[in-house]
Amino acid sequence: MRKVDYSGEFEAIVETLEKVGGDRSVFEDGDASFLVVSGNRVLARNVTAGLAVEVEENEDGVSVDLTVQDDVVLPRPVHLCFGIVHKTGIQRIRSRYIIGDNSKISFIAHCSFPNAEDIVHAMDAEIVIGEHSRVRYNEVHFHGPEGGISVLPEGRISVGTNSSYFSEFKLVDGAVGIFDMNYTVDVGDYGVTELVTKLYGKKNDRIKIKESIHLNGIHSRGIAKTRIVNKESSTSEVLGEVIGNGSYSRGHVDCTEIIEGNDAAASAVPLVKVTNPLAKVTHEAAIGSVDKNQVETLMARGLDENEAIDTIVKGILK
Amino acid sequence: MLEIQGVNYFAGERHILKDLNLSVKENSVHSILGVNGTGKTTLGFVLMGLSGYRPTSGRILFCGSDITDLSITDRARMGLTLAWQHSTSFEGITIRDYLLVASRNAKTHGDGGVDAADALRALGLEPDEYLNRNYDSTLSGGERKRIELAAIMVMRPRLAILDEPDSGIDAISIEKIADVIRHINQNGSTILLITHSWKIAGIADISSSLCNGTILLSGEPYRVTQFFVRQCQQCTHKNEPKPEEIIDAEG
Ligand SMILES: Nc1ncnc2c1ncn2[C@@H]1O[C@H](COP(=O)(O)OP(=O)(O)OP(=O)(O)O)[C@@H](O)[C@H]1O
Ligand SMILES: [Mg+2]
Repeated sequence: MRKVDYSGEFEAIVETLEKVGGDRSVFEDGDASFLVVSGNRVLARNVTAGLAVEVEENEDGVSVDLTVQDDVVLPRPVHLCFGIVHKTGIQRIRSRYIIGDNSKISFIAHCSFPNAEDIVHAMDAEIVIGEHSRVRYNEVHFHGPEGGISVLPEGRISVGTNSSYFSEFKLVDGAVGIFDMNYTVDVGDYGVTELVTKLYGKKNDRIKIKESIHLNGIHSRGIAKTRIVNKESSTSEVLGEVIGNGSYSRGHVDCTEIIEGNDAAASAVPLVKVTNPLAKVTHEAAIGSVDKNQVETLMARGLDENEAIDTIVKGILK
Repeated sequence: MLEIQGVNYFAGERHILKDLNLSVKENSVHSILGVNGTGKTTLGFVLMGLSGYRPTSGRILFCGSDITDLSITDRARMGLTLAWQHSTSFEGITIRDYLLVASRNAKTHGDGGVDAADALRALGLEPDEYLNRNYDSTLSGGERKRIELAAIMVMRPRLAILDEPDSGIDAISIEKIADVIRHINQNGSTILLITHSWKIAGIADISSSLCNGTILLSGEPYRVTQFFVRQCQQCTHKNEPKPEEIIDAEG
């Protein structure tokens, strides 16, 4: 079932999507799966074979139930677009994704709030992945220059035997606003997960991240990687937790937070724990200003200090 | 082209460069020999003007201008650069971007610069495999060295300080490195070459031996190398030459 409402709101959302590298041709293509939601209204959707999607419009957002059958390999990513083009509003996305066995799917989610002055965007996601499946979830946010937004993503992900879950969350364009993320991933036997989160805090942005990986299965592996740059008076707090419960499980927390200027602040609490003598988890955290050697290396090639810092920061957030 | 006049540098209490004088002629390859810890890298840092490496006394002249008080950026934009003994790595910056950083900014030596892919090829790195790879910590030490040299090839600076471009490079490839250095020189860059390698030192037009933060002697590469092997490498009082040895060397 394909539906596209080419109203002004759809245009506005697609325009901001293009600003962060999205491609509008997806929505004109019958072979691509997509879902576009503005506030609590579904503006466009298309569902291709192998995928079942139920969407319910609620008072303050939508509920999405997505199922991928066993043995389904989706050749193209599923595009999800959420956003509010107005200055104020609430958008709660409650989603439940069930991925069968031996399947492969990737999601590209774009969230745009180009004019936010007083907006709440809450995401409550549950992802259950069967056995021998591969799932990728990339989410990119685009916010306006004012920080009038709260982004509250919550996720509970369960990775079955021999399956993988890779996610990348990026909020580097526009003001972050208030950001409070809370993700928990449970990994089964031989499962793998990688959580990558990148944010660029400016002005009065407040960033709070809690990522927790439970390596329950034998030979399960996981890494929680965070890259945050804080400018002006923005602050960030990162709690990266990896718990090794399964035999031979291997985990790592890798957190870099950079602050520019005297008013920004950052903290990191890597929490590594093992409950099994055969498990091993490690962590590294680097918090401070941009690496001096990197800056001087680029200066020795002719960049001035600000250009050098800018180049390094862009690389880290890429 | 480069005149180092009576430079002294202290790291805290430690006197590292001691009344150092050296003159590097335009278009030459000038090698510096010295055992570990004599101050070769420190000299490179002082010349490039890294933070914390300001000489306590003495002057550095480059192309006739006093650059002692200039920033790293200003020196680079005048055409001076440094290939690091231990280069740093970056996240999310491709090798292509790293190679091209300079060409967009620093003053190069005119036309005929080498393009990024050709520079990698000259150093035995397949461009298809490396150009889009990140210049990060997954590169091996030898790869990193080659990329540093490739960056110099692309940049075509007026003067390049190469800090041990051969260390960590396998013996078979040393010849290639030597060729590249020769090529960079023929393309118009003067080279201050810090090295321990015979083969590499062989390209130099002139050599100087550095001991304990001072230049012991400068002259024909063969003579200086011999002195280095006989005296410096055997030296029992590391980095503290006896006066009679200096006389010997000049003998
Ligand atoms: N910040 C510092 N504080 C104290 N000593 C220092 C400092 N920086 C360098 N040194 C000392 O100065 C000396 C010269 O160091 P430098 O790195 O210049 O040596 P080098 O000649 O390049 O040696 P190598 O051949 O091992 O690269 C060394 O003994 C080193 O330990
Ligand atoms: Mg050195």
